[in-house]
Amino acid sequence: MTLITRRGAMLGGAGALAAPALVAQVDAQGAFNWRRFAGERIEVSLTANPRSQILIQNQREFEEMTGIRVGSEQIPEQQHRQKFVIEFASGRPSFDVIGISLHVNKRQVGRARWTTDIKPMMADASLTAPDFDFADFGAGAVAYSTQADGRMDTLPEFTDYFILYYNKEIFARAGLQPPQTYDEMYETAKRLTDARNGQYGFVGRGLRNANVVLYASFLLGTQQRDSVDANMRLITDTPDAIWAGEMYKKIMRETAPPGVAGFNWNESQTTFAQGRAAMWLDGVGFAAPLEDPTRSRVAGKVGYAVVPRGPAHHHCALFGTGLGISTASSERKKGAAWFYLQWAMSKQNQLRFLTSGAGAPARESPYRNEEAIRSSRFGRDYFETLIASGRIARPGLPEIVPVTEFRDTLGAGLTNTIGGADVATELRRATEAFRPILEQSERAS
Amino acid sequence: MPGGTTTTHAAALAGAAADTVRRRRAYARHYWPFVVPAALVVVAVIVFPWVFTLWMSLQEWKLGSGRSFVGLANYQRLFTDDRFHWSVLRTLYFTALAVVIPVVLGVAAALAFHRRFPLRGLARTIFILPMMATPVAVALVWTMMFHPQLGVLNWILSQFGIPPSLWVYDAATVIPTLVMVEVWHWTPLVMLLVLGGLASLPADPYEAAKIDGATPWQAFRYITLPLLAPFLMVAIIIRTIDALKAFDTIYVITQGGPGTASETINIFLYLNAFAYYNMGYASAVVVVFFALIIGLAMLLLWSRERFRDATK
Repeated sequence: MTLITRRGAMLGGAGALAAPALVAQVDAQGAFNWRRFAGERIEVSLTANPRSQILIQNQREFEEMTGIRVGSEQIPEQQHRQKFVIEFASGRPSFDVIGISLHVNKRQVGRARWTTDIKPMMADASLTAPDFDFADFGAGAVAYSTQADGRMDTLPEFTDYFILYYNKEIFARAGLQPPQTYDEMYETAKRLTDARNGQYGFVGRGLRNANVVLYASFLLGTQQRDSVDANMRLITDTPDAIWAGEMYKKIMRETAPPGVAGFNWNESQTTFAQGRAAMWLDGVGFAAPLEDPTRSRVAGKVGYAVVPRGPAHHHCALFGTGLGISTASSERKKGAAWFYLQWAMSKQNQLRFLTSGAGAPARESPYRNEEAIRSSRFGRDYFETLIASGRIARPGLPEIVPVTEFRDTLGAGLTNTIGGADVATELRRATEAFRPILEQSERAS
Repeated sequence: MPGGTTTTHAAALAGAAADTVRRRRAYARHYWPFVVPAALVVVAVIVFPWVFTLWMSLQEWKLGSGRSFVGLANYQRLFTDDRFHWSVLRTLYFTALAVVIPVVLGVAAALAFHRRFPLRGLARTIFILPMMATPVAVALVWTMMFHPQLGVLNWILSQFGIPPSLWVYDAATVIPTLVMVEVWHWTPLVMLLVLGGLASLPADPYEAAKIDGATPWQAFRYITLPLLAPFLMVAIIIRTIDALKAFDTIYVITQGGPGTASETINIFLYLNAFAYYNMGYASAVVVVFFALIIGLAMLLLWSRERFRDATK
């Protein structure tokens, strides 16, 4: 029989206490080396939005983990696009990591090869943390971040689905349910419009350029779905395109507030948040301000639903952002930038995006985190809408280089229809004006 | 011999003159180096950008793509581009209103503030406050006030039983509404310029006119206005240049909308350069816009000369 002596017991106890630390040390030695680029400094340029805010607020975590110093800036969307295009074109961008709106700049960035293909880095075990779990990114988001030639020159960050916000109180008062089709949405909006008392059935973007994404939501429900065909030919004057234009015209003219022709998302948000509109079709990122009682009169009364079905298909418009690494950066900075991307799009940060209402993350795991969803200030219908929207999402804008010109040209015609202009005439005029620009752009590709 | 003296004197004079010319040349040779820094700055910030813009206007150049020489193709496109033609017309319309109204109101305000009345200094200070505000901040505040349902302007109208306006949210009212912002912002500048002019006017002509029995309107029409003309011309030139280059207010409030209803040349130019990245085409717009400004400036200067000749 072995006697347990006091000295033996103490040695055993000390060993037991030290074991976890020793195991951790052994693991650490064999584990991924996050400090490989310690001492490096990278510059990160982001679009100003709540997601960038989260990354900047928490970047100290990354700096402490890796020893890499990060200089971050966030600039309003439109100015940010101009800045990075001009800087990339100069050949000496001031940043190593860049946030890109894929629905606007994907082809432009891809054609000029301004950002690095991250696939080789992802395949390198010495550069990619074992828990990075690329399979966790949604297939749609990955496809959006991948160029036609197979290069993945951004890592998907955020997917922006168009959803239907509705005022539960107004709907309950009228005894109505959220609409299932666009025709129903129009009829519901008409019933809920009471202009004399300053209540309107619908609000949405009427301002040139901004309005094309709302029109695209209607077009996605038609047989043709997109604005360009498989051969990248413009098809915005077809019967389907005209149907979408007519839907846009009648719902905006008859059920939206006067002056909607000049509304962008911010005027629409104000109108909905003040309880003046029963429905608003726009991106998912507005839940946070709408549910903020200090800024919104409809906080706690907002209902969320997937966009209604069209005559042929059921899709919601998808937009997205990704983070890329500048090809102009040195190899060492590229490595540090790749580490930043892994941290920025880690499961933890993506969960932060979701639970703070900053938008729909590109990863799928946050949606499976029941505990985080339960403790969120948003209702379950918000998360259910995001998950359901993810299943029917389709890019809302064509993947072409002159996207802004397309939006301006088509958008001006759509704004005119709110003023009463004929839809077919406006769409034909816009199509004729933009077709040569697109053809020239495609020839240059 | 008088003739000989004259010749000698003339020769001496000629020699002195030649000496002066030589000295001047030597002086010029010495002072030219002092001009070089300023000349370099002028070449770097004015001449080079202009030559480069002219060169770019002859290129097909989209940022992110290659560049190719296309001769005058960008200018040809301008002359067939309806959107550009409309932007020129809108610019002229906007400029005309944004010059005439502030000048008329500025003169009226200057005449009012030229008189002595209690708290005149305070009233003058309050009147010039808008001029000190940052244009972008001003534009953002006005944007909120213009909201057709929630803006304060329609609320004010409703208090007087006046139906609401769509302000900048309607194609028909957008330019006059933007002019209203310009008028609010820049009338004080005209007032200050004219007030300075009024302070420098002599009292004698007014006394003579009074003795001759001139009415206040006649005194204003035949004495004040002609004497103020140089100051008014300065105000008109400054306002014209300012209105022609107006961008920040329009961009922040409407971005050229609704549709293209407030798209002036500056907005058109900005969109082509920094939204569509058509650098070649945008450069051609710059060149044409520059020619337009030069033309207008020359017209104004010519008018001033004519006015000066007529009042001599």
